[in-house]
Amino acid sequence: MDWLTEILKAALLTVVVFTYLAVVTAMIGVYLERKISGWIQARLGPKHVGPQGLLQTVADTVKLLQKEHITPRQADVLIFNAAPIMVAVAGLLDWVVIPFGRIGERVLVVRDLNIGVLYFAAMASLTVIGILAGGWSSNNKYALLGGLRSASQMVSYEIPLALGILWVAMIAGTLSTVGIVQAQAQQGGWFLFKLPQLDYAGAPFGILAALTFLTAATAEVNRVPFDLPEAESELVAGYFAEYTGMRFALFQLGEYAEAFAMAALAAIMFLGGWLEPNLPAWLWITLGLAAVLVVVLLLITGASRDLLIRPILILAVLGAALCVVMFFGVQAGRSPVLPSPVWFLTKMFALVFFLIWMRWTYPRLRLDQLLNLSWKVLLPVGLLNLLITGFLITVVRAP
Amino acid sequence: MHVGLTHYLVVSTILFCIGLYGVLTRRNAVAILMGIELMLNASNINLVAFNRYLAPGAVGGQTFALVIITLAACEAAVGLALVMAAYRSLETIHVDEINVMKW
Amino acid sequence: MGELAAFIILACVTLIPAVVVVTSGNIVRSALSLIPTFLGVTGLYILLHAEFVAGIQILIYAGAITVLILFVIMLTAGGTGTRIRQVNEQVPLGAMAAVWLGFLILLVIFRTRWPYTATPAPQYNVASIGTAFLTDYVLIFEVTSLVLLVSLIGAIIVARREE
Repeated sequence: MDWLTEILKAALLTVVVFTYLAVVTAMIGVYLERKISGWIQARLGPKHVGPQGLLQTVADTVKLLQKEHITPRQADVLIFNAAPIMVAVAGLLDWVVIPFGRIGERVLVVRDLNIGVLYFAAMASLTVIGILAGGWSSNNKYALLGGLRSASQMVSYEIPLALGILWVAMIAGTLSTVGIVQAQAQQGGWFLFKLPQLDYAGAPFGILAALTFLTAATAEVNRVPFDLPEAESELVAGYFAEYTGMRFALFQLGEYAEAFAMAALAAIMFLGGWLEPNLPAWLWITLGLAAVLVVVLLLITGASRDLLIRPILILAVLGAALCVVMFFGVQAGRSPVLPSPVWFLTKMFALVFFLIWMRWTYPRLRLDQLLNLSWKVLLPVGLLNLLITGFLITVVRAP
Repeated sequence: MHVGLTHYLVVSTILFCIGLYGVLTRRNAVAILMGIELMLNASNINLVAFNRYLAPGAVGGQTFALVIITLAACEAAVGLALVMAAYRSLETIHVDEINVMKW
Repeated sequence: MGELAAFIILACVTLIPAVVVVTSGNIVRSALSLIPTFLGVTGLYILLHAEFVAGIQILIYAGAITVLILFVIMLTAGGTGTRIRQVNEQVPLGAMAAVWLGFLILLVIFRTRWPYTATPAPQYNVASIGTAFLTDYVLIFEVTSLVLLVSLIGAIIVARREE
């Protein structure tokens, strides 16, 4: 019964990944989002449940579980109940190809598919169906408008997203996520700054591709400044306006799972995934001292009492701790200093922080501006970047 | 019992006939497009299955399947654009009511 | 055994929603039923070891074409259309045509001796498909790109409102 064990293994992995998603992405994600947005808006954020409000999300989940599940009378019951599950499952399936790190010779990934990043793009594009179905079946004009906006937005931004992925696939020569990280390990540098064919001359192209990808990814997961489908001030809450209780939580889970998956994929494609940055010891200690200097300066001037400074302070403390650990590790001659999953999670959370930061910095775009940005800026930039990089690679490689 | 070429051909035949039924009996232009998509999918199953069982070394069948997927996307885009244009001027998307050329 | 079980499940996932697509009186439900059908076909591709085609199938069919179809339904019909007659007067004729055509094709399939080559499952990779596109099938590739461009422009011109 070979296939039976395969199915059992798949079910077990699903449980593991789903637990990870529910705990890490939804719980910590929501907590970070509220805390950081609080600081950026000069307020405290969740504070009362648990130390520093850490258990706030747990309390919220318990509350959502107890809530009554309301189906509007005129809604299409079957589709209405299936839509949040579609969104959550599509977000869950994204994580199949994400490698978390490497222990010994074993790479921590559910399945290393040979079409990895293509699979990722395909799964990410499935979310929109759940959103559209949920928006339509609620029988509410705000929900329907949210669903329609989401459809036009996602169909437009899938192309720049695919162009960013294609650029990496062209450089690495493989579609597998593990293969992409290994290509970066082989050349000893991230694709953001260094290409195997062009060395550091490829940095502008790498940064351009990363920016294209991140912008499109932000739009694809409906986050500010591209949150038109769920704009609170215009559409109440957009496509999930009619959802209550756990169905609502499933929408949120799917959304956070996808946002985190996008950050994880960006970390894998451009920041080297689980690889440790290969810097000399003096650079680590310089960076660490700079971070310590920032912390001291903030503490002395008393600026740390200002809530707006809080995220900078915490980031500087974390960065200083990381740099000091790395300095002593490199001095002791250990390589790698930290286990690889730590690096992967560090990079992923740095990008997540970037996403949250952006959310509270930029205002929402109008629909026509949104579509213009996709079709008139990101698409030509992505195509030209692909073309020029491809041209350079062929020319440099030719002799 | 192994899964052979015939299995796939039977499935694709049934899918094709379901699509054909949809194309012949629907009034809604979008529903007719959906039937056509089913028929194109059936043909794609055939191409990939023939590739796998009759010429396992080559990738010709998969190549053609990809071409057909591309053409299906073109067809959907143009077809739906036509539906939108017809709806705008005639306010119906039922093909048996779009008969201004028939006097 | 496992392969056969997977095949039967995938065939059901493909065919049962396909019947809903063509028979449902609710036009949105019939459009949403396209998704399991497309996913079932994707599963069949994976059984046939055509992973790249499977990925493209999800990306284009489930992620783009279905969304476009749903979009147009929601913009035009303004509802499920359950109050309107969805089928024309050709139902018996259409059913007969479909059944007879299916019967004929099945007859041909079962009568033909397929030149079977019982080879182990080959491993296709993306690179070989790309090479095939740019060497043996380059003309088809170029013509398809041209069709894509023409239909892109055509769709924009047809769908846009005249000023």
